[in-house]
Amino acid sequence: MVAAKSVEAPNIGFDFSNYARNQFFGERLQGIPKATSTGTTIVGVIFGGGDSGEEYGVCLGADTRATGGPIVADKNCEKIHYLTPQIRCCGAGTAADTEFVTNLISSNLELHALSQGRPARVVTAMTMLKQYLFRYQGQVGAHLVLGGVDVTGPQLFTVHAHGSTDKLPYVTMGSGSLAAMAVFESSFRENMKREEAIALVARAIRSGIFNDLGSGSNVDVAVITKNGTENMRNYEMPNERGIKSRNYKFRRGTTAWTKEAVRSLIVSEEIKSTTGAGKDQGGVEVVPVPTGAGAGGEEGMEIDT
Amino acid sequence: MELNGGSVVAMIGKDCVAIASDLRLGNQAVGVASNFDKVFPVNDKLYYGLPGLATDVYTLKEHLRFRVNMYRMKEEREITPKTFTHLVSSTLYEKRFGPFFIEPVVAGLPTATELDPHPKPFISTMDTIGCITTPKDFAVAGTAQDKLYGVAEGLWEPDLEPEDLFETISQTLLNAVDRDALSGWGAVVHIITHKEVITRTLRARMD
Repeated sequence: MVAAKSVEAPNIGFDFSNYARNQFFGERLQGIPKATSTGTTIVGVIFGGGDSGEEYGVCLGADTRATGGPIVADKNCEKIHYLTPQIRCCGAGTAADTEFVTNLISSNLELHALSQGRPARVVTAMTMLKQYLFRYQGQVGAHLVLGGVDVTGPQLFTVHAHGSTDKLPYVTMGSGSLAAMAVFESSFRENMKREEAIALVARAIRSGIFNDLGSGSNVDVAVITKNGTENMRNYEMPNERGIKSRNYKFRRGTTAWTKEAVRSLIVSEEIKSTTGAGKDQGGVEVVPVPTGAGAGGEEGMEIDT
Repeated sequence: MELNGGSVVAMIGKDCVAIASDLRLGNQAVGVASNFDKVFPVNDKLYYGLPGLATDVYTLKEHLRFRVNMYRMKEEREITPKTFTHLVSSTLYEKRFGPFFIEPVVAGLPTATELDPHPKPFISTMDTIGCITTPKDFAVAGTAQDKLYGVAEGLWEPDLEPEDLFETISQTLLNAVDRDALSGWGAVVHIITHKEVITRTLRARMD
């Protein structure tokens, strides 16, 4: 008796079964389709503590443009990913990779925190990310800015796709990193107040949006302190589209069609009353109630009006 | 991606969505079939389109049919558009280093729940490895993608009634694929509202 082979390939990890076929297609045709990348400007700063008098924290910022080659694929994508309630991760590089790697590590961090009985630390997230990315030798194209607050204080790291990490007080990544770093190098100070940090981050992202072709649209900001995270999605929208002055609706009937099939989703209903003194009931004598004095007597009682 | 040709577009209207595709199947320059529909239903109010390599269209369609049937059996309910999008995304990312040559487009009307009594119509698209984009206006994919972006950006406006949405999405698709050699040879449009699903085959240029 031969055991039946499973129909489904195992659902864990990557499936390389199409690799050879795709190499063949790559040679035969114009090449493999380009994946969506987040050209991007992503930044992070540590603020607070020391002279500022405010509690310390991490402020992360990102633009919202996702490109597929030279075309803008998404005008308002979210690049600040959730890892834990107190840790966030901005992602640049191949968009699917940043999305899936942050989801995977977020999931593992939650399990880790539950098994350890204490909130996950930023270094734990960093170590999980770098060990995963190194294992894939840079093929998983995720360039990340990782920031958060844990028991050891505010932490800010960068993680590159090949698995290297840096620990710094202010960081920028992505194609717009030079534009953003120019802003940081001139204006960053240690122990900034919260409002100052947010303004600086927004300026750095705007610098990337307007000067770098791979970044654009809006500014997203996330502020993490030991009390929690404030997510400011679309904190600034400096590229709102103007209202169209003309209406481009077509006259109904413009488009010629040859066949139409209508699939109705409403099942027709027929209501048949069979309870109470319904007139439909057979064998029931309809006795008119006389009008007169008494409760409800004036208007009379009509059965089944 | 440029072997078989084909394009899909989806748009959001007022309490309705529309999804449309061309009907061409070719072998580079040679047209092979003019009845190759690329939009399939998941359930009454959820449709998805698969433009790209035709063999992967069939593979992915059957794979997704299996996954959705398993979902329906285990959860004892119909899958929602957002969950289906993530299902497709995970299926594509599994093949991260040997992807399917498909950029799916999903369009559907979520059913009302207690948490969300007036859900908005839903469309989404993704790249070949499953990076999800959830636009508020229109989603395009296929060989005529760049042209579709241009025409849709010009013609779309918010809150179109089903009949107006039909005109807008049809004109978007027809005019964009007329400028693309690998797409065309007919078109089909599905308009999904809460009451009904209207499917119309358009009269298109056959060159």
